Amino acid sequence: MTKLGSALFNRLVIIIPYAWLTIFFLAPFFIVLRISLSETAIAMPPYLPAFNFADGISGIGEKIGQFSFANYVFLAGDALYMNAYISSLKIAVISTVVCLLIAYPVAYGMAKAPSTIRPTLLMLVILPFWTSFLIRVYAWIAILKPEGLLNQLLMTLGLIDEPLIILNTNWAIYIGIVYSYLPFMVLPIYSSLEKMDLSLTEAAQDLGCTPIRAFWRITFPLSMPGVIAGCMLVFIPAVGEFVIPDLLGGSETLMIGKTLWNEFNANRDWPVSAAVATILLLILVVPIMFFQHAQAKADGEGR
Amino acid sequence: MRVIRGETMKSLGSIRRSFAPWADPTSVPFIVFRNVTKRFGDFVAVDDLSLNIYPREFFALLGASGCGKSTLLRMLAGFEQPTSGEIILDGQSLAGIPPYRRPVNMMFQSYALFPHMTVEKNIAFGLKQDGMPKADIAARVEQMLKLVKLDKFAKRKPHQLSGGQRQRVALARSLAKRPKVLLLDEPLGALDKKLREETQFELMDLQQQLGLTFVVVTHDQEEAMTMADRIAVMAHGKVVQVATPAEIYEAPNSRFVADFIGDVNIFDGTVSSADNGRVQIETEAGFAVRVVSAEQPAPGAKAGFAVRPEKIRVSRDQPAGVPLNAAQGEIWDIGYLGDMTVFHVKLKSGKVVKASSLNAVRAVEDPIGYDQEVWISFDENAGVVLKD
Repeated sequence: MTKLGSALFNRLVIIIPYAWLTIFFLAPFFIVLRISLSETAIAMPPYLPAFNFADGISGIGEKIGQFSFANYVFLAGDALYMNAYISSLKIAVISTVVCLLIAYPVAYGMAKAPSTIRPTLLMLVILPFWTSFLIRVYAWIAILKPEGLLNQLLMTLGLIDEPLIILNTNWAIYIGIVYSYLPFMVLPIYSSLEKMDLSLTEAAQDLGCTPIRAFWRITFPLSMPGVIAGCMLVFIPAVGEFVIPDLLGGSETLMIGKTLWNEFNANRDWPVSAAVATILLLILVVPIMFFQHAQAKADGEGR
Repeated sequence: MRVIRGETMKSLGSIRRSFAPWADPTSVPFIVFRNVTKRFGDFVAVDDLSLNIYPREFFALLGASGCGKSTLLRMLAGFEQPTSGEIILDGQSLAGIPPYRRPVNMMFQSYALFPHMTVEKNIAFGLKQDGMPKADIAARVEQMLKLVKLDKFAKRKPHQLSGGQRQRVALARSLAKRPKVLLLDEPLGALDKKLREETQFELMDLQQQLGLTFVVVTHDQEEAMTMADRIAVMAHGKVVQVATPAEIYEAPNSRFVADFIGDVNIFDGTVSSADNGRVQIETEAGFAVRVVSAEQPAPGAKAGFAVRPEKIRVSRDQPAGVPLNAAQGEIWDIGYLGDMTVFHVKLKSGKVVKASSLNAVRAVEDPIGYDQEVWISFDENAGVVLKD
């Protein structure tokens, strides 16, 4: 009886995450997918075909027949969207690399710090989250604008004669994204470095590695799970980032999140914005799935 | 026959092999610790320690945790630098030489196998760092795998191995570079008892076969006694005694060593006479001890007599020689261990003495039982006199 009960309990526990994913990810995705296959209309909601339970199953089947890929064809035909995707990916890749270059030494330093001060250092990394994300991005406007804190400082020091134009350029977007997402890179790398057995690097040195070589042969490969997790946590939201390019970026910045927002709110073209979102999802999910598949295969080797 | 403290004595215990470079004044030590001190802040981990280790020796550093034995090993490997003093290996000072340039390799307590590499790659790691040609590496790895009987596991990752197999990989990896000295930090600590006993003998065979110098750190006295040619018993950063296992056991130089290694009964008392290589002590346990002793304390001095349980006889009949080296008491406790029986005998003075006897026959007609009046006795060369 208890065995049966625990088996039932195990099933229930497994159902919870699946149910969560179905309700909050899969269902919304299908709604978006459906809209992306519809056509714009002056209606409420602003697209056709609109489903109505009164139509019955045959009615729904008939409406599914009305679906078209016109929006996707439109996206492919307009260079604006392609450019926005490419620009977003470029900004996200560069930001992720910069985050990694800054975060790795920080995480390494934290992991090597005496265990008594580690909690404090961890606290300092998490501390910015105590302020609203939006407020912190606004604060960057005050820092970066032509008469802002940064320019005042540099001019007072005599390093520059006239203000640097940073705000409303891609530079401001890089600064904003790197600043905002840095903790998401630091934390997973820190956690993978912190739990690493110190005797591993000692063993590497004992076997003839200089400390630098020991780092590249042992420490870095073993921290890869943290690096990968950190890169995903930065890269994925950075691709679709809307607030930072909207507040810090200029008119020349093209990012897909902003394009999507414009289609949805300014143009009120739900089907096209849904198509933009679907393509974005595919761009992000498909490579990650391939990557994880390859990873699982590599782990399975030698068993 | 060997010479101990100027007096000719029969060889103590069993001699494992005729190998005793430490007794030969012409032999040159391989590793020399000269007045080595290591401080961590206020804590003195190793305190003005001097020690010689000879080529091809299996040397054990034995002590409780925190006695400085691991620090000593880590200084030899190069992970710690002595605060003062000097360490010499094969005639060369090791000062300022980083771990990756020292001709020693270490087997870590946690094994420290690289989890992202196969067994093969773990073993090849050190050879690759030396820039050995690929074909030679492959040959050496194969040889090492055969040596530790893991040929079938070359492609496995460490997490796919059992504890005993991991221990072998660690051993193979540390031996692959053919170091001049192999350092072993609690090499068998993570293995279960049966495997540990087997592995002890394998390690000894391996050391003989390869002709290397092994320095092993352990807190397990049985392990040290089984494997080592000589043992250094350490306490509070100092070496208390360096000697062969048999000497450590049969002729401890202090109460600490006598007590640390094995079981012992110590009878405290006052020396009444010391002559002709014999010392008589009037013990607080209410009887007199007259024993052979190299140590000759002056009459009137406080001294203790240490004697191991297996050297004490328990009998119902009064032994010869009373009142010397014998006392009357009653059986207080009996512990039957199978191969032997341990008696706790309470003397008239209240002191409880441990005595053990081998169960050489399966059944005794009239065994000694609880609460019986018995005599304990021992020979005049059964133990050692310890000065206070």
